[in-house]
Amino acid sequence: MTTQATDLDALVAQKYRHGFVTDIESDTVPPGLDEDVIQLISRKKREPQFLLDWRLKAYRHWLTMREPDWAHVRIQPIDYQAISYYSAPKRKDGPKSLDEVDPKLLATYEKLGVPLHERARLAGVAVDAVFDSVSVATTFKDKLARAGVVFCPFSEAVLNHPELLEQYLGTVVPYTDNFFATLNSAVFTDGSFVYVPKGVRCPMELSTYFRINAANTGQFERTLIIADEGSHVSYLEGCTAPMRDENQLHAAVVELVALADANIKYSTVQNWYPGDEEGRGGIYNFVTKRGECRGANSRISWTQVETGSAITWKYPSCVLIGENSVGEFYSVALANHYQQADTGTKMIHIGRNTRSTIVSKGISAGHGQNTYRGLVKILPSAEGARNYTQCDSLLMGDRCGAHTFPYMEIRNPGAVVEHEATTSKIADDQLFYCRSRGISEEDAVNMIVNGFCKAVFKELPMEFAVEAQNLLAVSLEGAVG
Amino acid sequence: MLSIRNLHAQIGARKILKGLNLEVRAGEVHAIMGPNGSGKSTLASVLAGRAGYEVTAGTVEYLGQDLLEMAPEERARAGVFLAFQYPVEIPGVNNTYLLKAALNAVRKHRGAAELDAFEFLAMVREKMKLMQMDESFLSRGVNEGFSGGEKKRNEILQMAVLEPKLAVLDETDSGLDIDALRVVANGVNSLRGPDRAIVLVTHYQRLLDYIAPDFVHVLSDGRILKSGDKSLALELERRGYDWVRQEAQVA
Repeated sequence: MTTQATDLDALVAQKYRHGFVTDIESDTVPPGLDEDVIQLISRKKREPQFLLDWRLKAYRHWLTMREPDWAHVRIQPIDYQAISYYSAPKRKDGPKSLDEVDPKLLATYEKLGVPLHERARLAGVAVDAVFDSVSVATTFKDKLARAGVVFCPFSEAVLNHPELLEQYLGTVVPYTDNFFATLNSAVFTDGSFVYVPKGVRCPMELSTYFRINAANTGQFERTLIIADEGSHVSYLEGCTAPMRDENQLHAAVVELVALADANIKYSTVQNWYPGDEEGRGGIYNFVTKRGECRGANSRISWTQVETGSAITWKYPSCVLIGENSVGEFYSVALANHYQQADTGTKMIHIGRNTRSTIVSKGISAGHGQNTYRGLVKILPSAEGARNYTQCDSLLMGDRCGAHTFPYMEIRNPGAVVEHEATTSKIADDQLFYCRSRGISEEDAVNMIVNGFCKAVFKELPMEFAVEAQNLLAVSLEGAVG
Repeated sequence: MLSIRNLHAQIGARKILKGLNLEVRAGEVHAIMGPNGSGKSTLASVLAGRAGYEVTAGTVEYLGQDLLEMAPEERARAGVFLAFQYPVEIPGVNNTYLLKAALNAVRKHRGAAELDAFEFLAMVREKMKLMQMDESFLSRGVNEGFSGGEKKRNEILQMAVLEPKLAVLDETDSGLDIDALRVVANGVNSLRGPDRAIVLVTHYQRLLDYIAPDFVHVLSDGRILKSGDKSLALELERRGYDWVRQEAQVA
């Protein structure tokens, strides 16, 4: 008789589909890092003195630091002198519109399913596309400008809004914060900048597609979003990367500032190259993401779907300073093949009646190792603080792992903190049940996984939720246990 | 419709079916009865294609096709339905969603157009009335937190929606109180028809009070020892299974 195909090895072997390299001449600095390189980056970007000084302070501090080793990941040593710290797509005079953008670049986006102009027009989404380290195209600027919203490449903000940068840069994630954030502070090349003025509801979702392309080029993005009093903004970040043999380091920093009554929603779908079936050549994704709810009644919400990277080390966090401010973290993290994900969040309650919600869904398949690491810290000043945490793990097959490290530091006796955790397996009988109703094995797996992730997907903006489901389906094709 | 010849099946080294023969024609209702461990559930599982059962000899022909060569989903699409003895919970997956995906998979195979959400809901609501299930079933997770009786009703609802040609009900009566039994039996009876065959696998006679079978077979030690009409079930109820075994040994 026919038996069910539960052969993991065959099924888990699903190739990464976005593996290709666009042949564009890069303006790349030779590998290595010293103060000269930092001076060069700063000069190329025509940065004001304060920024250069800040970079150099960060660099000098970085030299005194050591790589963190507490994460639940196995990692090859990184040679920081072997990385090239600056790479820009070559262009004669900067493109003034999409028509002037290198057609090969646009073709790359097409391959990734990001038809820039189309997507922007159809979905009403402004896209600030980051190709390697320099932003090459920005759309819908006018519409945003009319609303008073600033949404531009970081390097442009350096030139046009230095006063905002000087006021906010490094105030959420200081340059001394951690090894990778400090490195980023010294060498970051570009990223996105958003400022939403008082009382303005941003008229569209802001979206950035990141992509790593040049070989051996670490990516050091820097994103700063400031939501002034009473403003609302929703920001989407998504990315894919081409296939590479060497491990590529990605150490981004994202800082969010929400003033009184402001609302920031930050959604990420991350699909960087995870390495091959043996775990070779994937992206190292060591990101520092943090938001501060500075004003009363402000809210910061992180939603992430992490399916890519060889190693993910990422804890989007909220510092709840303002009274009644709210922090949220919704996460789906997938670890297939030899992927390792150590991710979670920190919720720091400082203000009175601050609330936080954490919903984490970890999926492990193949030899994947998925770790949830979360800190809920309630300071004595956080009278009436509340936290709810839910961590669920789904295992596919018997060679993967799920780990949960919840830390709690409660220094106010009136705080209410709840934690729930479950671990489950996609069981053969669930699959057989679906199949015996006529549903193919792959559809059945997708159905079960999507059911598991439902609480997170419903937090994503509509069109992103569909993408996220598709991405999960592609990433898990055949991963049945 | 279904022709089982000399079927031998085992789990690991344990032989369970030892030369089973059964002929089922369209329009017929067959009851397979037998003591615990006789191979009833194994037969149901082998027909649906559950992994872990090895068929070592014999053939199963379904509508002219070799059923054993087909994957479980292919069997389902071709019209075979198994009502599970222990329906499986799938948390977070909407009951309606599973049902719609299943129906559209089956319809696609038949060359019928997929139903849109409105047509589908109208149809499901009607079947739910028959099964006396309330609206909340539509939004709950598949069997998630269902009582034993609710799970069994849900199985028959799925069967009513999918309209299989051959339905195998594995101990659908177990764990049901008398009211639920009546509802489930009602649902099954409403599906009886000249084009459909039903195989009831059951331990007790009481289900047959509500669903009158055309044939009753006694399965013991992996073989069908005796076949008869409905009166055989009553006799089994009265006398137990031992006499059938003794009779078979003598013969």
